[in-house]
Amino acid sequence: MKFTNYMILEFPSKSTNEAFARSAVACFAAQMDPTLEELGDIRTAVSEAVTNCIVHAYPNDLGVITLRCRILKDNVLDIVVKDKGVGIPDLEQARKPMFTTGGAERSGMGITIMESFMTSFDIASEPGKGTAVHMRRRLQRRQ
Amino acid sequence: MHFISFLENGKLTVALTGEIDHHCAKAYIQNIAGKIEAYTPDVCVLDFGEVTFVDSSGIAVVINALRSMTQIEGKLVLTGIGAQPMRVFTASGIDKLVEIKEAVS
Repeated sequence: MKFTNYMILEFPSKSTNEAFARSAVACFAAQMDPTLEELGDIRTAVSEAVTNCIVHAYPNDLGVITLRCRILKDNVLDIVVKDKGVGIPDLEQARKPMFTTGGAERSGMGITIMESFMTSFDIASEPGKGTAVHMRRRLQRRQ
Repeated sequence: MHFISFLENGKLTVALTGEIDHHCAKAYIQNIAGKIEAYTPDVCVLDFGEVTFVDSSGIAVVINALRSMTQIEGKLVLTGIGAQPMRVFTASGIDKLVEIKEAVS
């Protein structure tokens, strides 16, 4: 896969890093000249992916989250958010809107939002090994 | 996190600020529930005018407030929602559950 630029971040699964991660990706994506709406969608999707690692992948202790962004040809932003946490036993169930194991302060809409805000979304998980979320957003070229 | 609230003729207005994500959602949920419990208003208005970002945690904040207001047979209204939070609320269908007003009345 050809790419013109990339960045890789690694940070512990502390909830203060949710804001850091979405801001870092937004700063990186700024070179692609995104619209405000595109930037808002990307920040939201990254926030959801990182929050899932913090809440679900490492429920009891801190673990490592890896975030990789690449700029592909045709102005596509490619994002991978990866953890080495508990994994998801039932992916089909996890993808259902309103489904959550996170309790009353979660809405169960995280994956639905990533799916609807990004051009493509894919999730791979192995119980005991971890989860990787792979998403892409094609940005409009402004005249 | 800090927000101002005021009560006028049975209407409780809570002005939310900043970015609402999982990191701060619990504090928002508890704070709003506490105010509704203390004042038992007829109407609770959540003012998003100073909110710059929400993710799905913001949906949980609204749903919990809706639950608290339903328990006391009151009404929940959202107001001052910017473009990014509105996209999240629309994607989740919350705009169909709660009344949304554009500006603070």
